[in-house]
Amino acid sequence: MNNKILEVEKLRKFFTTSRGTVRAVDEVSFSVEEGETLGLVGESGSGKSTVAYTVVGLHSPTSGQIRFKGEDISRPVSKRPKALKQSIQIVFQDPGTSLNSRRTIQQILELPLKVHHLGNSRDRKERVGELLERVELPPDYMYKSPHSLGGGERQMVAIARALATNPKLVILDEPTSALDVSIQAKIINMLLRFQEEMKLSYLFITHDLSLMRNVSTRVAIMYLGKIYEVAPTMKFFSNPLHPYTKMLLSSIPVVLPEEEAVKPAKITSEGEIPSPVNVPPGCGFHTRCSEVNGICSQKIPEMMEVEPGHFVWCHLFPVVTNPTNSEKGVSV
Amino acid sequence: MGETLLEIGNLHVEFKVYEGRLRVLNGVNLSVQVGERVGLVGEAGCGKTTTMKCVLKILPSPPGKITEGKILLHDKDVLTMGSQEMQRVRGHGISMIFQDPTAALNPVFTVGDQLMSVIKYGSKGSLSKKEIKKRAIGTLREVQLPDPERIFTNYPVQLSGGMRQRVCIAMALSTEPELLLADEPTTSLDVTIQDQVLRLLNELVERHGTSVIFITHSLGVVREMADRVYVMYAGNIIEGARKEELFANPLHPYTLGLMNALPKLTGGGIAEGIPGRIPEYLDPPSGCRFHPRCPRAMQQCSQSIPPVVYAADDHDVACFLYRGETDE
Repeated sequence: MNNKILEVEKLRKFFTTSRGTVRAVDEVSFSVEEGETLGLVGESGSGKSTVAYTVVGLHSPTSGQIRFKGEDISRPVSKRPKALKQSIQIVFQDPGTSLNSRRTIQQILELPLKVHHLGNSRDRKERVGELLERVELPPDYMYKSPHSLGGGERQMVAIARALATNPKLVILDEPTSALDVSIQAKIINMLLRFQEEMKLSYLFITHDLSLMRNVSTRVAIMYLGKIYEVAPTMKFFSNPLHPYTKMLLSSIPVVLPEEEAVKPAKITSEGEIPSPVNVPPGCGFHTRCSEVNGICSQKIPEMMEVEPGHFVWCHLFPVVTNPTNSEKGVSV
Repeated sequence: MGETLLEIGNLHVEFKVYEGRLRVLNGVNLSVQVGERVGLVGEAGCGKTTTMKCVLKILPSPPGKITEGKILLHDKDVLTMGSQEMQRVRGHGISMIFQDPTAALNPVFTVGDQLMSVIKYGSKGSLSKKEIKKRAIGTLREVQLPDPERIFTNYPVQLSGGMRQRVCIAMALSTEPELLLADEPTTSLDVTIQDQVLRLLNELVERHGTSVIFITHSLGVVREMADRVYVMYAGNIIEGARKEELFANPLHPYTLGLMNALPKLTGGGIAEGIPGRIPEYLDPPSGCRFHPRCPRAMQQCSQSIPPVVYAADDHDVACFLYRGETDE
């Protein structure tokens, strides 16, 4: 189990605003193993993008630790060594704004190569052509500007840029949620192929559970700054435990009767996600939970390993105090 | 089945731009029965919203222009109506809910002000101010907003996305329309909130007997919202059927491609998707507009537009693959 490429431990990221402290990420722990895809799923406002940005170094953590291949990297990007930045890359949700519209595709793809001093100008141009070929775009696209490309093509350029420095870990922040399904399918398949060819590890941020069913190795559910359930994909979908997971799964609109059959019994969705400025006491989900009881509003639930690799934070699954579980060695 | 409420026939729309003419709608045919919930599915840029704007005659013109076709509301052509008559249609006959509730609401007026002006406009002065306010709060309660009296005095920024969309639904239904055009009303919402809003819409529509055209890019959502589904591609309706029939037996290669490209909750990976992208409207492909991307394209597909054929029980498709079956 020591091939963890990324470990996040008790990560906290708070923002101070005039209306109070936003507890965007509150004691989140998870890890990404080499070559796997960890799906981090949550609704808007759950803090999943903040986790992504903190891992990349766009935010510095309020507390907690982020380790990349065992090395502590809990600091902003300006204080990270270049080699580290080369290894961790990110693809953003909206390729319309993440690509500079005043640059050509060649300039966009060359920039990471220049920053990391990879090759001379002729090598770089060759490499740009190679990258375009990889994402199946014609070579003459290097002279185009982003606005003359379709949404899907722009996202492919953004992916090519992320791959330019031969990273080890790529954070995908909703890479296909702005795109049509027919294009999403193409991009997802491409990402899966790159993962295999380049031995990449993905932290895949999304709100789309159907997509995660087909893409990820493990799934983690986030709500209001905390993780509530983590499990290997098969277990996550065949045996969801947390009431929030069940509510999410039963809310997904599907197209096939077979899909309807694998959804858990309908849990009627109630209420809305509370403001992260005013986090409810105890379990953050108790205001919308269908199985709430007295303890939920008083005590934050502890992590329970229900079956191997399947962790849940819920008072319905109280931690049994036996030595194997309370040992510190258990980690997500 | 019942009486026809709305019938769109052979609708063509063009946009004049600097580079030439964008031929967007290419003969759209669609009908809605009284009390029916119709789904219109298609990817971004296929002309769903343009079609709806024609129905309400709010297509910006210029550059937009309806070059051919008819839109019959109770056998009366909307396109030939005068502006006064059109105001009456918008006041009582047809309402619309837009995709982005934040853009649809005016940020500098309270929810109450905006809702009251809609009701006042629809009632044509037959209601007193007090009655209007009472009815406004009533509609807010009907869309299950908590504490409607407080929300009445709130500005849109003080509400969450889901609550704003509920306000828009309240506005659209406050005039008791016969037909509701819902343009991607849940696309900007989270899945649990989407679930709530869809349930609410279904409940209200059923209670009031309103007919609905529900526009979406999501096949899953349309399955929950519609009795009959039309699939649109690049300015044409390419397939239309009862919901159960369409999902059990999709015929058009585009519909099949869409269904395959959707990630399924049952797993099994993701199909390769549909190659290429939606065509340029400046110079759209000849014949069937899907033929450059179609895995089963034949020679005739690029030569003539496939006619709509009756393929099965209440199931129409516009594709040459199905010509021989039941040509009527």
